[in-house]
Amino acid sequence: MSVCSNLTVAAALLAIAAPVMARDQINIVGSSTVFPFSTTVAERFGKSTDFKTPVVESTGSGGGLKLFCAGVGEDSPDITNASRRIKSTEVELCASNGVTEIVEAMIGFDGIVLANSRTSPQMTLTLRDIFLALAKDVPDGNGGTRPNPYTTWDQVNGDLPAVKIEVLGPPPTSGTRDAFAELAMEGGCKTFDWIKALKKSDKPAYKALCHTLREDGAYIEAGENDNLIVQKLQANPDAVGIFGYSFLEQNSDVVQGSIVEGVSAEFEEIAAGNYPIARSLFFYVKSAHVGVIPGIAEFLAEFTNEDTWGDDGYLADKGLIPLSAEERETWSAKINGLTPLDM
Amino acid sequence: MIDFTKKAGFNLSTRHRAEQRFQWMGRSAIAISLLFLALMVGSIARDAGGVLRQAQIAIVVDLGAAQVDPADPANARYGAIVKSGLRDMFPDVSNRRDKKRLYNLVSPEGGFEVARKVAKKPDLLGGPQVLWLTASDDLDQYLRGKVDITLPENQRQVSDAEIAWIETLQSDGQLRRVINWGFLTNGDSREPEIAGILSAFVGSLYSLAVCFALAFPIGIGAAIYLEEFAPANRLSDLIEVNINNLAAVPSIVFGLLGLSIFLGVMGLPRSSPLVGGMVLALMTLPTIIIAARAALRSVPPSFKEAALAMGASPVQAVFHHVFPVAMPGMLTGAIVGMAQALGETAPLLMIGMVAFIVDIPESILEPATALPVQIFLWADSPERAFTEKTAAAIIVLLVFLIAMNLIAILLRRKLETRF
Repeated sequence: MSVCSNLTVAAALLAIAAPVMARDQINIVGSSTVFPFSTTVAERFGKSTDFKTPVVESTGSGGGLKLFCAGVGEDSPDITNASRRIKSTEVELCASNGVTEIVEAMIGFDGIVLANSRTSPQMTLTLRDIFLALAKDVPDGNGGTRPNPYTTWDQVNGDLPAVKIEVLGPPPTSGTRDAFAELAMEGGCKTFDWIKALKKSDKPAYKALCHTLREDGAYIEAGENDNLIVQKLQANPDAVGIFGYSFLEQNSDVVQGSIVEGVSAEFEEIAAGNYPIARSLFFYVKSAHVGVIPGIAEFLAEFTNEDTWGDDGYLADKGLIPLSAEERETWSAKINGLTPLDM
Repeated sequence: MIDFTKKAGFNLSTRHRAEQRFQWMGRSAIAISLLFLALMVGSIARDAGGVLRQAQIAIVVDLGAAQVDPADPANARYGAIVKSGLRDMFPDVSNRRDKKRLYNLVSPEGGFEVARKVAKKPDLLGGPQVLWLTASDDLDQYLRGKVDITLPENQRQVSDAEIAWIETLQSDGQLRRVINWGFLTNGDSREPEIAGILSAFVGSLYSLAVCFALAFPIGIGAAIYLEEFAPANRLSDLIEVNINNLAAVPSIVFGLLGLSIFLGVMGLPRSSPLVGGMVLALMTLPTIIIAARAALRSVPPSFKEAALAMGASPVQAVFHHVFPVAMPGMLTGAIVGMAQALGETAPLLMIGMVAFIVDIPESILEPATALPVQIFLWADSPERAFTEKTAAAIIVLLVFLIAMNLIAILLRRKLETRF
């Protein structure tokens, strides 16, 4: 009896599902860092045009690209957000599934800040300090490496305070973590000449040394929720947190960004390209869907409008650091002209 | 000789003391759990209180023919009209940065609000009108004393200039705080002042409806067959063991199954409550089957035997006599399973329901999200005002849950037969 009713229900479901497959709504997936910006544009787009509000899913950059590259057709997403550039392996995956024409769109920057509680003094760090404090293995001074021995900041650099190294940051699944490893850790790592030389002779060893974070409890994986890190920083004045600039901006009354390489984590500094730990944000569009799913071209026009991504646009209010005016012009032409990605 | 009185604990005062001790331990256990509950609900309710009211700001908007074409009011630039209204109120604001701050007093929704008001009441057109528009989240936070004005200006969200404007507006009676119905009637938004819970609420409702429609009949059917008709053999044992195991499988596994079968093979629409409900149904099925079998087992066998002795067929005996008595227990099991499904996010992640949905879904095939997902997304948003929204959404979820349990209790009372 149960098998019988099972089959009837399944058949009924298929029958009602079949005729409504034509999608009239843009489907966006991808990075949780780009999510706040993408959703803001989607909402305005839905309200100011006759098109339906695009559905934006937060799947992470890698997850988004995987869905995006699964194929062409109404059941695959039209746009994917990424907090890093698409990899050549992902372009190949896309191509093998028939997604050959991809339009790349760079939309702005995101600064990664190291912040601590306002009740403690502001930190002034160099990339080398960050690397020495957080790497799993550090140079031993004799051309070799040893497990990270440092427990307080002043052991890393005599100018820093004598407090315990306690850093709350994103887990390995996060795009922020990848960017932090690449920009901050590697940036500090290659200030050692012999490590820089290692890059040419043994790239995997170089990457392992520079990108691996310590696992002895000094670096604490605090999950993907940046609000949680801010709360923990308030509770623990000695701790330092790693998160995106928009969270620093919203919580500037309780936490302060550290000065990195002499540059403070401020909007203008990141926009000018002076702040060293800043990454570009992207989205990718499937050309084959433009004209098939209604509204994609108009959505791209909305995104590249000066009122949206310009210096005074509404995305800047949400914490996106805009591209320079010339870059915006170049990218806008590329995006609206649907210029295919060329790796 | 052994002293039996002592050995068996016949000493009365010791036994009384032991009993007292045990009772006090029980009472303190209850007190501690109540304390934690009060702490949790109290802190959520305190945060959620901020959502009850929303600040509004009175602005003179020029709806004359020069600004709005009476023949085509839908295409006027209402956002610009609201901005010029603000500039007229504070004419001495001149530089670009200050102007931007001034515009930030009103929610970005302001222009759309004017458009909606005009569409509803076309006789507003023709001249300047005073309209109450939703204020921005920063203004609202300031009015509620959530901004620490003793901090240096660059460390807070509201600048000195903005504070001066707000004070002027307040003394002129151009600010008010009204009951925030929008929280219950709006869909999600990236602007905290207009973000509402309705799209997620409807999404949850649809998903649970699909889940109930699938899981309840299938679960009850399976339970009745397994309990009353299935032959006692190895296959039945195997099925029973598997059902018990399935009840303990982590929910994300059902999400993966949904992704590959419902979306991949059957091609059902992504992010839809239909698929969400189907995945949740898979998850609740074992719970319902186990509860329903327990309910059937608790019916005294004499009922069935008497019916059989009177010449009823096995099916008649079960459906006329056993099933009605077991029904309340089955319903309770189903509601417990559904309550569990209501709080799930993990399986929904896999099938695309962790998404930003503004439009209220109109059918089970349109993209939707669910209450716990909405809580998760708001908790992850940088804007401070979303903390309150998160707490308020938790309260809505709890009320939903209590309502479901209440229905279960009422149904049980109504259906229960005493014997």
